[in-house]
Amino acid sequence: MSVLVVVEPDEAGEGLSVVSRETLTFARQLPGGDRLDAVLVGAVGDPDDAALAHCREHGVGTVHVSDDDRLERYAARAWSRVVDAAAGASGAAYLLAGGTPRGNEVLAHVAAARGVPMPCNLVAVVQAEPLEVERQVVGGAVLERVALGADGGLAVASVAGHAVAPEPAATPGAARVERVAAELTEADLAAQVVRVEEREGGDTSALTGADVVVGAGRGVGGADQFSDVEALATRLGGAVGVSRVVTSLGWRPHHEQVGQTGSRISPDLYLACGISGAIQHWAGCSSSKTIIAVNTDAEAPMVTKARYAVVGDMHEVLPAVLEELG
Amino acid sequence: MTDVLVCVKRVPDTSGEVVLTADGGGVDGRYAGWTMSAHEECAVELGVQVAGETGGSVTVLTLGDEDSVEQLRAALAVGAHEAVRIDAVADDYGPADVASAIADVVRAREADGSGFGLVLVGNDAADTGDHQVGIRLAHLLDRPVVAGAQEVTLAGERLEVRSSVSGPTEVYDVPLPAVLTVWEGGVEPRYPNISGRMKAKKAQVEVVPPGAAPQGSGRLGLRVLPPPESNVEVLGEGAAAAPRLVAVLREIGVVR
Ligand SMILES: Cc1cc2nc3c(=O)[nH]c(=O)nc-3n(C[C@H](O)[C@H](O)[C@H](O)COP(=O)(O)OP(=O)(O)OC[C@H]3O[C@@H](n4cnc5c(N)ncnc54)[C@H](O)[C@@H]3O)c2cc1C
Repeated sequence: MSVLVVVEPDEAGEGLSVVSRETLTFARQLPGGDRLDAVLVGAVGDPDDAALAHCREHGVGTVHVSDDDRLERYAARAWSRVVDAAAGASGAAYLLAGGTPRGNEVLAHVAAARGVPMPCNLVAVVQAEPLEVERQVVGGAVLERVALGADGGLAVASVAGHAVAPEPAATPGAARVERVAAELTEADLAAQVVRVEEREGGDTSALTGADVVVGAGRGVGGADQFSDVEALATRLGGAVGVSRVVTSLGWRPHHEQVGQTGSRISPDLYLACGISGAIQHWAGCSSSKTIIAVNTDAEAPMVTKARYAVVGDMHEVLPAVLEELG
Repeated sequence: MTDVLVCVKRVPDTSGEVVLTADGGGVDGRYAGWTMSAHEECAVELGVQVAGETGGSVTVLTLGDEDSVEQLRAALAVGAHEAVRIDAVADDYGPADVASAIADVVRAREADGSGFGLVLVGNDAADTGDHQVGIRLAHLLDRPVVAGAQEVTLAGERLEVRSSVSGPTEVYDVPLPAVLTVWEGGVEPRYPNISGRMKAKKAQVEVVPPGAAPQGSGRLGLRVLPPPESNVEVLGEGAAAAPRLVAVLREIGVVR
């Protein structure tokens, strides 16, 4: 038995993405996880040294890559053919990917083509024999227990972000690169990215990559009440993030939304002002290193879950903080 | 003319506390109320826009019991023209079952000459978060599918689709008929006006029996996570807490 993991390169070109390394770590807990392979799609040609170093460190035996340059632009179904072929080549019993939009999409194509189930957002292995896992549902408020691989076919599943911390394997892997050949049809390429547009101000990378995020929720009071929030974000060299209520009211654009249907952030500091901390918002900010809540309600979930809190009106607290910072 | 099918799901409104049913088998929506997933509210809006541009119609579909008519009426109130309910207990249906039941309806319509050029579903439901109904449906219908769609523009028999879900905006150009799984954020769902509400109240909802027996979702059990123990340190109240807050910012190294 062996496990195959779909891995994605890190955007900054520093090896594999954090989510991929988390997924490799999770994969080693599965039966056969000591025989780990990876498949890297969308990067035509040899993987770079940093990506291979991460694979080695995580115990990956073989890294499957495709040489088909039609795959350079994202096409989920075509990518899934490569993943499926790699699953065949490695003889994997389990196929995992990180629960990113891309990871879930590519896996869903494999699961649909093979007619097998696909539980999403696994967070833990509950028991090994027979294998039972837990996954997040309802935005992370509830855990659901499901059997995995009980029917003997390829078991396909995605792993929730931050289910485990990335840890190197006890024994490094060979990370041998092997070409995988997949037959692609017109239909596999029918839905392919034709171009990428950099939208002005519509880029979430500032938010997801920021070391500091100053968050604002309904408590901010109105579209024209963001000046303290923006000033503090600027002063701390960070970005503004908001709750869904703020985007649905049209106070701020959607790309600033943090949460289940917005961005997931993991800054050093998340300063959440006037945000209640509903589970769907928490899903996007819980992996921040330090969370400080500013809220008029001392019982708000954001306050009780935070590391530090100030109870009070954000429009009094933030100006005082700015003044104190000088 | 593009006729659009939009598939929506009745889910517990979990913006508040989440409570399980007495048997622990599902989420109890009796106290919190019920709603439609956020992605699907946007799917309804996109459907209404596309159909409106071409003089086509929007049919909204759900798989569920009688109560799920509430979500169908919510979609009718904001511009959907027809509603279909596949009469089934939604909790007995896994994502593959749901895709197969929707495919049956699409095929039946195709057979009587009133097929859907576009099928929209939410990218993942707010409760189960399965990320696969639309993709499975596309495989069953042998149609192209774009996941995470947020904006669409019709160009004859093709559709330009935009998604910013994985970073910068990615543009797809797909032939119709197609399936899209919609992600919140590209369009603003509209609010129903009075006449929309009145029309929705009176609208007929077609009820169709489910086809094949469901395989189920494989759910063995549910548990609500206990709230983590609070270890919050309250730095103070109001503006007076500013010096302590700034001291913490220095301590954790975000201010030097
Ligand atoms: C399917 C689904 C997906 C969702 N996805 C997301 C998502 O991605 N992101 C997200 O954020 N939400 C999401 N939600 C919505 C979520 O459930 C909450 O409704 C939302 O996060 C609440 O936003 P809020 O905290 O700003 O507003 P509220 O819940 O109204 O809270 C406002 C808070 O501000 C405090 N306050 C008021 N005035 C002041 C003041 N002057 N100073 C300081 N504090 C003040 C109040 O005490 C309160 O705690 C989703 C919901 C669903 C059903």
